Amino acid sequence: MANQKKHSNHLGILGWIGGGSWGHERLLYFIHRITGIGILFYFILHIFVTTFGRFSKGDWELIMGGFESPIFKIGEFLVFAAFAFHAFNGIRLVLIELGFAVGKAEDPVYPYRTSINKQKPLMLLMMILAMVLILAGSYDFIRLAH
Amino acid sequence: MNETSYWTWHIITGLLVLILLGMHMLIMHLDGILGWFSPAEGEAVSWDNVFSRSKHVGFTLTYVLLLGAALYHGLYGLRTILFELSPPVRLQKFINVTFWVGGVFLFIVGTYGSLAIFKQ
Repeated sequence: MANQKKHSNHLGILGWIGGGSWGHERLLYFIHRITGIGILFYFILHIFVTTFGRFSKGDWELIMGGFESPIFKIGEFLVFAAFAFHAFNGIRLVLIELGFAVGKAEDPVYPYRTSINKQKPLMLLMMILAMVLILAGSYDFIRLAH
Repeated sequence: MNETSYWTWHIITGLLVLILLGMHMLIMHLDGILGWFSPAEGEAVSWDNVFSRSKHVGFTLTYVLLLGAALYHGLYGLRTILFELSPPVRLQKFINVTFWVGGVFLFIVGTYGSLAIFKQ
């Protein structure tokens, strides 16, 4: 968010889904924000839980014992999946932001090549990698459930 | 800091978090496949494994680095979402102060937790 002329955002949060055109990038943007907020709230709780459980083995096992129920395990898996998505989509965003996935300027010779030729395969690659990580993580969560 | 430096730091901390949180996730949640830094029996999150990791100075340093980078990255991200809703300038200043104070407080709490293991 660089310094720029400010316009009032009359759509508010609805602009996440309602503003501008709809495409795969809109969906990724939406999920990136939801996962970001989710991870942040988990992280703040995580700081307190790991700090106050760190003084003795008894404290740690007492606190961690409070998170044994399946609902917390599912929540933990959701945080892991959110991390996997946010990380790989974040790599994509950084590559585009820094210009690596934009391509050099060139003469408009038919058939025209646009940055979409680079960005769509990049998006697919990142989403596949995120899915692979989520599947690897789900193996671990399923193993724990037994 | 001006908005451009806030944003540049968001990218820098994002890359730091990518590496450090990536390691954290692989250690904690792929322990069944990889088994990194979990020498004791049981899960990566069991006390014996947590204790064996936490008493390494390298882990303490990276915990504190990850704590600071992740707090900055997360709070700036939430700040961007809030500022996008065009809050009045006074509310913007309030958000800035609250997030800085809250972030520093959480950083102190977490750093204390990372160091607490050395008292045992």
